Amino acid sequence: MKPTRCIAFFIMLFTALPALAQEGVDERIDQVVRPYADGVAGFIFSSFPVAGVQIPFVLVWLLLAATIFTFYFKFINFRAFRHGFQLVRGDYSDPMAAGEVTHFQALATALSGTVGLGNIAGVAIAVSLGGPGATFWMILAGLLGMSSKFVECTLGVKYRNEYTDGTVSGGPMYYLSKGLAERSEKLAFLGKVLAVLFAIFCVGGSFGGGNMFQANQSFKQLVSVTGGDASWLADKGWLFGIIIAFLVGMVIIGGIKGIARVTSKIVPFMAVIYVAAGLLIIFMNLPAVPAAFGAIIDGAFKAEGVAGGVIGVLFQGFKRAAFSNEAGIGSAAIAHSAVRTNHPVTEGFVALYEPFIDTVVVCTITALVIVITGTWDPNVDPSQGVALTSQAFETVIPWFPWVLTIAVVLFAFSTMISWSYYGLKSWTYLFGESRFMDILYKMLFLSFVVIGASMQLGSVIDFSDAMIFAMAFPNVLGIYFLLPVVKKELDKYWADYKAGRLKKFKNT
Amino acid sequence: MSQLYLVGIDCSDCGNRALDYAADRAKFDGSKILVAHVIEWSPYSFNTVEENAKRHKRREDELERAHQEIINPVLGKLEAQGIEATGVVRHGHIAKTLKKLAEEHGANTIVVGRQGQSNVVAQLFGSVSGTLVQITDRPVTVVP
Repeated sequence: MKPTRCIAFFIMLFTALPALAQEGVDERIDQVVRPYADGVAGFIFSSFPVAGVQIPFVLVWLLLAATIFTFYFKFINFRAFRHGFQLVRGDYSDPMAAGEVTHFQALATALSGTVGLGNIAGVAIAVSLGGPGATFWMILAGLLGMSSKFVECTLGVKYRNEYTDGTVSGGPMYYLSKGLAERSEKLAFLGKVLAVLFAIFCVGGSFGGGNMFQANQSFKQLVSVTGGDASWLADKGWLFGIIIAFLVGMVIIGGIKGIARVTSKIVPFMAVIYVAAGLLIIFMNLPAVPAAFGAIIDGAFKAEGVAGGVIGVLFQGFKRAAFSNEAGIGSAAIAHSAVRTNHPVTEGFVALYEPFIDTVVVCTITALVIVITGTWDPNVDPSQGVALTSQAFETVIPWFPWVLTIAVVLFAFSTMISWSYYGLKSWTYLFGESRFMDILYKMLFLSFVVIGASMQLGSVIDFSDAMIFAMAFPNVLGIYFLLPVVKKELDKYWADYKAGRLKKFKNT
Repeated sequence: MSQLYLVGIDCSDCGNRALDYAADRAKFDGSKILVAHVIEWSPYSFNTVEENAKRHKRREDELERAHQEIINPVLGKLEAQGIEATGVVRHGHIAKTLKKLAEEHGANTIVVGRQGQSNVVAQLFGSVSGTLVQITDRPVTVVP
């Protein structure tokens, strides 16, 4: 039945083609969707002025949370760093549990959902709008974000649902509803409300940042390597969207596991190539590195020519870090919750590595490459996103834009697959499990791929940001109530760990 | 002298040859046989979110199926020949897991079949028997 459903979908799309294949389809889609996208973005990013810059409340919300978590858990982001590595390496994994989801696998899966366009396009946007100094704040936000991930992933595992058929399902919807109900009867209702809000926003996020942004940016990159505005593809975003939607549809509706499996294997490989190429460029320009760091640190505290001065720089850095590593957003808790462990807090330690790898390592490499190669010129059109990073790499490795294009499309694809799962889990949390609801969500998801590829970057970015950041409101608010629960788990485990009461199986 | 043979089988032809070899020896000297099937698995693989969510169930299914389709028929055959035999199924790196099983159960000899890969394949990926000989501290019999 599955292949037939795929074919049916394909036919459906193509019957719509004649209507779409008129001039300016992209523009028309953009015109229709833009007012809504802008409206939603405006609401979520309600801001207040600080030193003349409009600071969105949601960013303060995320950053404040990350800072509070860092202090509340006494710098867990640094003190559990080594132990997290031991866990990923499998030192504490019982060999008898071989075949279950390991810490490494949970981390790798979560990473492939976050490492992607945020690291490539997002950083380019941050550096071009905020100058090199944005990198400094981005790294700081990444380090603090580690604590947020620690908390949410611990909770994700602790309150996950294990069904009779052996599948597991976890994430903020479950820890918000079950966790708060466990705290007190009075909080049960609040927990339910927060869980529902989270699920609604997560569905939105899966259409926005987890989907439209990805489709949009990968299409932009494809156009730019095939000749920019002169490219045959330039006004065919809808076509690219349909092709990607078809491929995503094969995986999520058609159940063609092969594609997802192949992607999940190629993506880490592409990430390694990207990082290696970045490091290569940095090493080739070694003499320029101290100056680049100088510019990053200088720019972080005295911003000239940047809208909003230092606050503006800080804002750009924080915003892109949050968008890239999704700490405090709650999405990662869904991905991490499948791990097999007796101590939920262990997955929290492992999750520390997610913002670290994503933001502190990969984003910094991108930023360094952009700063070193000087492509961050503030006069560069800031809406170029990924194209800017592509240019930066091109100055040293002329054929790299092609590799980057493949990487970008693959990253986008794997992020879409991950987010379609996050979104679906939230959708079924809201509407219950049924074949109809399942297919309805997936069809909506696929149509957003086409819309995303057709829209202009500005409105896509705003809408994507808005939907993803909205998830942080219910998630973080609920987490505050659950902090003592995590604290209790952590203290008990940490005491056992320090006293050597945990059984170590490897590297003893 | 009664011994314990650990026989690694992957249900293909070569595995059965190893089994026949061990069965002949066991009949001769009254040794016991531990039949092992290792499901190739790495703790460092990359999976999708959905694969992870269903993994626990998949693992149970894999173990169940291996017992039903590979181990049990073999144990039946051995018992029919009057040989005392037990079976085990594990996930992991095949050679490393066989080595570990031999240590856990105190097997005297590990018997495996030759896989007969081409030279190139063996050079690139190594072979179970080749790796096993290198890593274990007990005798390995490779049945061609």
